[in-house]
Amino acid sequence: MEYSPPPFFRRGPSLGTRLISFFLLSLALLFADARFGYLDVLRRGVGVMLYPLQKLVELPGETASLVADLFVTQATLRSENDRLQRENFMNAIRLQDHDAIAAENARLRELLELQPRVERASMVAEILYAARDPFVKRIILDKGSTHGVQAGAPVVDAQGLIGQVRRVFPWVSEVTLVTDRDQAIPVQLVRNGRRAMVFGLGYDGALELRFMPINADIEAGDVLVTSGIDGIYPAGLPVATVTGIERNAAYPFARVTSVPAAGVGSHRQVMILDPGEALPDRPPADEVQQRPRRTRRGG
Amino acid sequence: MRPRAFGRPYAEEVLQPVKAGYVSVTLIVALLLNLLPLSGWVLMLRPDFIALVLLYWGLEHPRKVGFFPAFLLGLAMDVAHGSLLGQHALAYTGLMFAAIALHRRVPMFGVRQQVLHILGILFLAQLTVLAVRLATGSDFPGWWYFLPSASGAILWPFARHMLTVRLRPRSDREEI
Repeated sequence: MEYSPPPFFRRGPSLGTRLISFFLLSLALLFADARFGYLDVLRRGVGVMLYPLQKLVELPGETASLVADLFVTQATLRSENDRLQRENFMNAIRLQDHDAIAAENARLRELLELQPRVERASMVAEILYAARDPFVKRIILDKGSTHGVQAGAPVVDAQGLIGQVRRVFPWVSEVTLVTDRDQAIPVQLVRNGRRAMVFGLGYDGALELRFMPINADIEAGDVLVTSGIDGIYPAGLPVATVTGIERNAAYPFARVTSVPAAGVGSHRQVMILDPGEALPDRPPADEVQQRPRRTRRGG
Repeated sequence: MRPRAFGRPYAEEVLQPVKAGYVSVTLIVALLLNLLPLSGWVLMLRPDFIALVLLYWGLEHPRKVGFFPAFLLGLAMDVAHGSLLGQHALAYTGLMFAAIALHRRVPMFGVRQQVLHILGILFLAQLTVLAVRLATGSDFPGWWYFLPSASGAILWPFARHMLTVRLRPRSDREEI
């Protein structure tokens, strides 16, 4: 199959040599990225070069939606306006309650000498596209480090938590969705305040609560919100609703499945929250008792 | 029956020399097609255009495109996917090797028979990516993962025609 020209026609190294050198280069990149994460600079560089191409590719779709916007009928607009006015009215009532409760909460916290809750800065971002890798659940947003996005920031929509910023490029950022495999979020049951961990399963529309004992008080329909004890997600963001519990005495833990609360993968606009102040350092772990070392007697 | 030229029995037409500019334009267009913001079943079916174009150049003009463009485009795909850096580079390197190694064999067949070769090579390239993902702890996503190989192979005659059309000599102006 492989042919080799006579030596006086030879141009460059042979096919096998070239294959092996590029293979080794790729493998070295894979190892450096997977094991050590050294390659963020390279990734950012390539990302910056790809950005204009991505914008170019988005152009037809954006133009089409612009043109479609021009031809919205008046009836649609009016019904939407009615709906928004109704929602606005309901929200205004809730907001009045909220103001009163927030004031009361601040007073109570002062009385109890708790730390005040911090208001987090937020930023609206638009989803550029979903990552095309079938193995991961990620989306790309149109805000990056030049807009002040930080890696690790939580991302929410109107219904609840969507995910967490994973990588930040100058103009775009990459968000790992809550449904991504092994994306873990500390949560709390609204009904009884029990804490738990929610893990993504790697496919749409399902999350799993792991390490729940069989006798845990949990029911289908329970709402899970972020507990806030990790210092990354603010407390109280809706994450998921429990759909099914399978209690099998053969296993130490119950199998609890739930559906995400937010419209993961169905929205255009999302909100990036500030990752917030770093929590105070953990108390140092107990020092391991060191055995007194036997000193060897010199002869 | 007419005696066939060595190596290329079916290449009866004489094509214009390939310019480096044309090669890079086709590769950039393939990259743009791969970057299209698709979703749902269209995304599942979307063939890997970069793999197709690389295969064309590797099979038809193995001297024009080497491993380096394949490697670079692989890196670009990895960054666009947000996946591990190097997995597509690895796959495209392997694909380029297969194309250059088979460049005397595949053009011997008619376009329809070439489709089977293309299917095999595309499948191997996807298998490389899958192997890297499984080695780093992902689950097997399901057999639909290999659909782009099938759609790419089906698209091959069309892609081959589109890429060759610009290389055909223009009709003689003296005759008109």
